[in-house]
Order: sequence, then structure tokens, then C-alpha cells
Amino acid sequence: MSTPRLLEIRQGVLSKNDRLAAELRQRFHAAGVFVVNLLSSPGAGKTRLLEETLRRMGTDLRVAALVGDLATDNDALRLARSGAPVRQIQTGDMCHLEAHLVEQHLDGWNLDDLDVLFIENVGNLVCPTGYDLGEAARAVLLSVTEGEDKPLKYPGAFVSADCVVITKMDLAEAVEFDQRAAEANIASVHPGVPIVYTSARTGAGLDAWMEWLEHHRCSSHR
Amino acid sequence: MHELSIAHSLIELATQAAAQAGVTRVTAVHLRLGVLAGVVKDALLFGFEIASVGTILEGARLEIEDLPLRIHCTACDTVVTLPDIQHFRCPYCGTPGNRIMSGRELELSALEYDDTVADSAGESYVNSATP
Repeated sequence: MSTPRLLEIRQGVLSKNDRLAAELRQRFHAAGVFVVNLLSSPGAGKTRLLEETLRRMGTDLRVAALVGDLATDNDALRLARSGAPVRQIQTGDMCHLEAHLVEQHLDGWNLDDLDVLFIENVGNLVCPTGYDLGEAARAVLLSVTEGEDKPLKYPGAFVSADCVVITKMDLAEAVEFDQRAAEANIASVHPGVPIVYTSARTGAGLDAWMEWLEHHRCSSHR
Repeated sequence: MHELSIAHSLIELATQAAAQAGVTRVTAVHLRLGVLAGVVKDALLFGFEIASVGTILEGARLEIEDLPLRIHCTACDTVVTLPDIQHFRCPYCGTPGNRIMSGRELELSALEYDDTVADSAGESYVNSATP
């Protein structure tokens, strides 16, 4: 008679991605590049916010972006208008970015020539959360049109955020956005996380967003 | 839906570990899954079944141990288990907390195999009953 036996392993399922992300983080740090991973649902305004961010930041700093998308390169084309180097990562049917995709798409870029790199993740609030990309900071976007309870529905994403960016504030009144409820829900899943309110269309709040980025960029080099 | 890609990572990891230990057929895969890991259990079970076909894990059971969310409460200075993942505050004193101690796990904890097909690789018996 055979006996079932147990082989103990205790290894993270995503440990391969984690290892690669740790290597990337070291490379970014050594080259002095501040890397921000942008997460949100589809249509929350990542590309629009990034367009404005690249344009404003590009006057003082050397900025680039990697843009994850399932199929098209529309976002990359939009972002390239800012003049910053932009590369599209087409994921095919994959709903998130992984560290190896980031690494592949850095090929040919000299990191020493960059100050800031934005990684626009695939629009999705679930799948990307567990995948470290070697970023120094993670910003999660929530548009006013999505509903104030989104943080409660997708706590995993908001828990992992270093900053929550509320977008499309110019539509807040039209969609009866309840700012106090949104704030309470964000604080419920991630007490103390900074929140910035922005409208890429009117420019409102973008200064606060740029300040947050600059503050974290400086502290990440220490 | 990233469970299929997680199933592939799990199978890759398990296959490597089994090969290193000289295990040629796995009967069960034990996974520790935190409630905040963002993984839908049914989708993972389904993905595992499909993705394991043709590997040494084909036909193996995927045993999932669910792990609750635990945070450190600064006021009570202790680790507390939260009843849900929507309210990050101590269930005893109400103090908000964001220091997560567990709940994000996605870990391959062990493989079960039959020792009629493997030689001397096992570390421990599943139960202490005499064979």
C-alpha cells in the first residue's frame, strides 16, 4: 500500500515576478529614475491625466512612459504628442502588466537619461494589484463617474495605493459625486492614504498631483 | 480574469519543485490564499484543471487554505483578524490601521505525492498513521 507524502515548498506563486521586479527596482534606483505605476478601471482617465502630467513635468524633467493596453496603440499615440518617449506594451489577452513585460520594453532606453518613468497599467482594478513592476510608487485613479463605493468593491487595489487620484472633478456636480462618501470609503480600506482631486480638462488639482509626485520623487532618492 | 495566468505560474513553480525533489507524480497541491490576494477561487480551480493537463500535476487536487485579513492595531498593540476586507479598523477598539500582517498570501505551501512513484524525496508524512 502506498503512503501519501508531503513535500513542503512555501514559495510565493508570483515569486518569479517578484524577483524580477526587485531587480528592476534596483536598476531604477541606481539610475535615479522615479517609477510610478498607474492603476484604475478602464475609462477612469489614466491616459488623459498622464498626457497632462507628461506635458507639465517635461519642462523640467526627463520623463517617459510605458503604456499597457490589450490591443490598440491609441493611448501611446496620444501620449507621444507630449514629446516624451512613449512605448506601448500590447498585452494581447492579458489583463495586467508583469515585470518581464516592463523589462522587455525598456530595451534600448538608457535609464540614466531619465528622471521619471510612468507605467500606465491595463485598465483593471483586480488583476494588476498583485504584480509588482519594480515601481517606487503606485497611484490608483478613481473617476467621479464610477461611484463612491468603488474602494469598497476593490479594496485590494486601494490598499496597495500610495496615492489615490480622483479624476474628472469637472463632472462631479453633474454626476452628483459625494466627495465625503468617497473619502470615507477610501479611508475605510486604506486609512491615511493621500487623496488628490483633479480635472485634467480644467487643470484643477494638477498642481497638488505634481507636488505629490515631486515629493515622492525626491524622497525615493534618499 | 488573471486566474489562468496565476494557475500557470503555480504549475511552473510546482513542476520545478517536484522535479528538484525527484517527484514524478503529484496527487495534491496545497495553496495558501489570502482574502486580499485578488484571486477568485473557483476561477483558479478551473484554470488549474485546464492548465495542468499534460504536466505531472494532471489530475492533482488543488487544496486551497483561505487566510483572513490580519492587521496590527497600534492602540491594542496586537495583531487582530478583520471580519471583512472593507473596514481596516480594529474590531475591538475601532482604531484604523493599515499595517497588514497577513491576507495577501498567494503561496504554494506543499505538494502531496505518492511514494510508490517517488523514491526518497519526501520530507514528512501527511499523517502519522502506520501504512
